[in-house]
Amino acid sequence: MTAYLKLDHIDKIFTRGAASTEVLKDINLTIEKGEYVSIIGHSGCGKSTLLNIIAGLTVATTGGVLLENREVNSPGPDRAVVFQNHSLLPWLTVYENVRLGVDKVFAKTKKRAERDAWVMHNLNLVQMAHAKDKRPSEISGGMKQRVGIARALAMEPKVLLLDEPFGALDALTRAHLQDSVMALHQKLGNTILMITHDVDEAVLLSDRIVMMTNGPSARIGEVLEVPLARPRKRLELATNATYLKCRQRVLEFLYERHRFVEAA
Amino acid sequence: MNMPATKMDIETARPAGMAAPVVAMTPKRPPRSETYARMARETAVRVIPPLVVIALLLLVWELVCRRAGSALPPPSKVFKDTKELILDPFFDHGGIDKGLFWHLSASLQRVALGYSLSAIAGIALGVLVGQSVWAMRGLDPLFQVLRTIPPLAWLPLSLAAFRDGQPSAIFVIFITSIWPIIINTAVGVRNIPQDYRNVAAVVQLNPLEFFAKIMIPAAAPYIFTGLRIGIGLSWLAIVAAEMLIGGVGIGFFIWDAWNSSHISEIILALFYVGIIGFVLDRLIAGVGKIVTRGTALN
Repeated sequence: MTAYLKLDHIDKIFTRGAASTEVLKDINLTIEKGEYVSIIGHSGCGKSTLLNIIAGLTVATTGGVLLENREVNSPGPDRAVVFQNHSLLPWLTVYENVRLGVDKVFAKTKKRAERDAWVMHNLNLVQMAHAKDKRPSEISGGMKQRVGIARALAMEPKVLLLDEPFGALDALTRAHLQDSVMALHQKLGNTILMITHDVDEAVLLSDRIVMMTNGPSARIGEVLEVPLARPRKRLELATNATYLKCRQRVLEFLYERHRFVEAA
Repeated sequence: MNMPATKMDIETARPAGMAAPVVAMTPKRPPRSETYARMARETAVRVIPPLVVIALLLLVWELVCRRAGSALPPPSKVFKDTKELILDPFFDHGGIDKGLFWHLSASLQRVALGYSLSAIAGIALGVLVGQSVWAMRGLDPLFQVLRTIPPLAWLPLSLAAFRDGQPSAIFVIFITSIWPIIINTAVGVRNIPQDYRNVAAVVQLNPLEFFAKIMIPAAAPYIFTGLRIGIGLSWLAIVAAEMLIGGVGIGFFIWDAWNSSHISEIILALFYVGIIGFVLDRLIAGVGKIVTRGTALN
């Protein structure tokens, strides 16, 4: 099977005047269709930069991203992003925020009424249809992130990119939203790439966990398969041997072999 | 503290259907008369202090200016002298011998035209300067110098260019009010969060859609700050400009009153200028409030 999404020898060097910092070094990764892959690493290791490169928001210094064997180097709805801080436009309602993307992506293929129905369908998927006329300032952080997910899903992306989507949420809301994302993945079969720094989240949600070494010149240190059957249940996994072993592996990688070195 | 509360919850929760109407009947709202009394009190708290201050000021003014040989008329004389102007603002005896309504409306028309032009050009230039680094490098120093030129300094030049009072006055309004609009719009555009730009990039909005759907709403609070400063400046400039160009207009009315030694008329005109300036400011602030509703971050 050929790779669905392929990261091919990606280097990223940030240059500022004479000084240049190599952030990413020789990143190679292939992701298959329908796979859920997490990228985990300490903060500042360049995982967000990597996601931005895949999204097309940042350009790689060398190497490139191939989606279905075609190079992608500018942003587009085929790689919709769920941003860490939801990034909903505050002057639009929940409905309008989702509609903005839908109107653009399906301008030619769907009629007005169909687009309206599609927006509502996606709001229903994340259980936010009841708040469609509210503005982002009127709903909670978890709800905003749900709308962010609906906006991304509504663009029917080939790859859904999640940039620490639950990072800013409290633990209970986060768990609830993780379950929602798992259910959506199960139902829709999206290919998902998620950036995270939460070990439990990575193990619970992913098929594979990509562990990054510390920057500068961060590389892929190790890729761990998570051989847990789906659907996964949070409570049952708490005592599951495979789950615990995977968790242990990631923890070892992050805290023993690639301990985060504080700037002296 | 906790125990009784939980107990109550359970009690009300069980017979939910029956308990609900009983709860609804409890009169939570105070009686209507009380609400009105409270509203009256709140209004009084706002209205009475300024009224007291105004009354005191009028009294002092009256006492200072009442004695014989005083250079300025006391308020009682101002009122007596200008009674006709106050009571009949709509008379028109031809030429510049018109009621105050006509003078003010002529001034307002000039402001409306000059200010509209400066709002359009100012927002357009502001967007250009805010969006393009090269436009900023090229234009910003120019703006910083030009904006310090006093409004009236432009008047002779514009009279030379237009050879007519009317367009010259409008040009002075335009050139006075455009700078704060440009500068504030540019700051607003420069401060559009990267997140919104990323969203626009992922959705693939074209430049025109980006302008209409992201840039203008995101920068609206800044734009309206500029518009509000701009309307104040244009009202300042029009009175001064009209004094020089003559014709119908509140500025020339004041100058004419000075030349005919009608000091009371000047005072009345100043009162109207102040009130209208205040109303214009509130008008733009009000429009801004409606338009930028929901634009505040988060």
